[in-house]
Amino acid sequence: MTALRHGKYPFILAFLLPPVGIYALYMLSPYVQAIYISLTRWSGLSATQTFIGFDNYVEMWNDDQLRTALRNNLILLVVVPVLTLFLGLFFASMLNVGGRRSGQAVTGVRGSSVYKVVYFFPQVLPHAITAIVFAYVFAPSNAGGILNNLLEAVGLGRLTQLWIGEPKYLVWIIVVVMTWGFVGFYVVLFSAAMQSIPRDIYEAALLDGSSRITTFRKVTLPLVWDTVQVGWVYMAIQAMDGFAFVHIMLGVNGGVQGAGDVLGVAIYRAAFAEYDFGYAAAIGVLLLLLTMTIVVLFMRVLRRERVELA
Amino acid sequence: MSSSIERTTSGMSSTRRTFLQRMAITGVAVGPGGAFLASCATSGGGDDEGDSEPEPQGDVSDDNPLGIPEDEPLEIYIFDGGFGDEYATDVHQPIFSEKWPDVEINHNAAVDIGGELQARFVAGDPPDFVNNSGDGQMDGAQLITDGQLYDLSDLFDAPSWDDPEVPVRDTLIPGTIEMGSRDGTPYVLNYAFTVFGLWYNKTLLDENGWTVPTTWQEMMDLCAEIKSAGIAPWVYQGVTAPRYMNWPLLTMAAKLAGPEILVPVDNLEEGAWGHEAIRESAAALRSLKENDYFLPGVEGMEFRDAQGLWARGEAVFCPSGSWLENEEADAIAEDETFELAMMPEPLLSEDAVMPLETVRATAGEPYIVPADAKNPRAAMEYMRAMLSVEGARGFSETVTSLTSVAAANEEVEISAPGLASAQEALNAAGENVINWLYPTWYPTMENPGIDQATGALLRADITVDEWVQQCEAVAKEIREDDSVVKQTREA
Repeated sequence: MTALRHGKYPFILAFLLPPVGIYALYMLSPYVQAIYISLTRWSGLSATQTFIGFDNYVEMWNDDQLRTALRNNLILLVVVPVLTLFLGLFFASMLNVGGRRSGQAVTGVRGSSVYKVVYFFPQVLPHAITAIVFAYVFAPSNAGGILNNLLEAVGLGRLTQLWIGEPKYLVWIIVVVMTWGFVGFYVVLFSAAMQSIPRDIYEAALLDGSSRITTFRKVTLPLVWDTVQVGWVYMAIQAMDGFAFVHIMLGVNGGVQGAGDVLGVAIYRAAFAEYDFGYAAAIGVLLLLLTMTIVVLFMRVLRRERVELA
Repeated sequence: MSSSIERTTSGMSSTRRTFLQRMAITGVAVGPGGAFLASCATSGGGDDEGDSEPEPQGDVSDDNPLGIPEDEPLEIYIFDGGFGDEYATDVHQPIFSEKWPDVEINHNAAVDIGGELQARFVAGDPPDFVNNSGDGQMDGAQLITDGQLYDLSDLFDAPSWDDPEVPVRDTLIPGTIEMGSRDGTPYVLNYAFTVFGLWYNKTLLDENGWTVPTTWQEMMDLCAEIKSAGIAPWVYQGVTAPRYMNWPLLTMAAKLAGPEILVPVDNLEEGAWGHEAIRESAAALRSLKENDYFLPGVEGMEFRDAQGLWARGEAVFCPSGSWLENEEADAIAEDETFELAMMPEPLLSEDAVMPLETVRATAGEPYIVPADAKNPRAAMEYMRAMLSVEGARGFSETVTSLTSVAAANEEVEISAPGLASAQEALNAAGENVINWLYPTWYPTMENPGIDQATGALLRADITVDEWVQQCEAVAKEIREDDSVVKQTREA
């Protein structure tokens, strides 16, 4: 007993040191180094880094293209989570508790087992493939554009646009594609949460004559709120990225007039098109700060009374 | 230069291919995980200047003019893209090995050159010879600025492979060495040779009895006729690369007012883009949109889709370089009757200073020897073998491209009709070959800078005056950016 107590700290240290060491080496030190690199001028092609203080940050302040990227990231940050979570909750509740079939009080709508699989399809596609497919959805009709051809086929030819050729649509195209790509995951996530809700609560609500919407608002939503909160934070982090979709669909310059740019692509461009790794690291630090701020804010704003089930 | 342009335009397709690899590098900077590159980056692990060991050297003799060590291995990286790497393994390496059987060639092919080699450059441990091309190409100008490239003067001064009386320098098409030089020191060997012009659907022209226009007025008349026949007169590279239209734009302006108007453009002089001839040329190209002569929807297309529609007979004229035939080989092969040919850009006016036959042509496809290479002398010897007539002709036959080796171009039989017409056009041009260098010197000035301005011009979203203002603003930004090393030329 005394021997064990005596050897407790070395014992614990022996187990803790390797993982903490690996974490520090591969996670923490890159952050610190990135911050240092952001204070230098470095081409990324040689070992020479020149310390220039905050010049990169001053340059960022005056960079109009970076403002466009930031604006787009903020649009993605606000619109994509709202759309995705709304659709995710709607589909999940329809699949799990939205049905009204005789014999079963709480069930999904007809065919829900099929929908469950179908909704998950986009999630198994790599973002790269999603982006390439959607580049053709929004292409001009004579280049195989699916959307424009569809519009023409149903007699709405006057609604056709040069989607990817029009600066004003670019960020909204990204919104649509990201939402499409992400919603399936949240359907599954919320489905799991909803299935853990005791059925008798629903039955009680039904006996009281509650409508589907009321049931959703008063029963389902409060009981899956924890999951929604996690989903929201996760979604916000994803919305700050958007790199793969923008880079593949619109190119390294963020599309026509750079109107579809996002911070991730701006970093890539600074690093690999301009060979200005210092500036790229500075944008990276900005992105880090933004992401952390957003996560903290979301966690605070979304905090709510936890409902105990038992 | 062409390759720097090709690199960016072949962007979309190779982007898809190489993108995940590169994500591995960037992903880092992107996400909060952001900076793994850094893990070795700031550790000061690189070879600093000065501490590198002296390069191995053999005795200099008539047989070994570069003094290469006869038994040291040579590590080679070839870009495995449009040209593949068979030309290296099947043509150049046998020529080299025949002379130097004891030099072991360590051959590597890579799709993403920068992705594979950037870290090795930083660490001071690069290969001996790099074909720095493709989507993952490392910025050549920046490599020179960072002192990462080996001075190739000895190569160009050495006797040529075929004739000891003639130095390598004199076997090359004039302008080749300058393309890869800074302040008179050559650092990059540009090996392939690209001719730029308007590529047209010869089958359609012949079928309809249309003739190749020689003036812009004839071009406009022909466009009207083509359009009334239900075909689109022009395409360009859509959302991907409207900058391809800069090539006819600047070429026509130079024909109108002389090649000296391109010098201030390259030298970033204020007002260079506002020259009357450049304005006139821009107005001419804008009139294609005003008259609805572009393929419908082209401004929203990927460049391969636009070029593919052209190759399938949906449009007649397409601006490009001589790689187009290779790039669209699949679409071209679909229809056996389809024949393409290159024409020089029409003259804006009868009183143009330069003749119609003037073309823009330049050496491209860069090959470099890193300054920290272990065996740089052998790498230069390999370049000397590439520049032999046999090596250059073999390259042309394998990859359907001209080379910078003048004698090889004369002797090579080109079976591809498009490239043959480009070769003819180049011969017809004689001395009247022009080029400009700002896209090589300042890649971000061309793209996204001028590229976006020209894109807007071609959509007729802006007037010619606004286009000039935007181009001037882009030039000004580069001019005033202290971190960019400036270059100038006199003629």
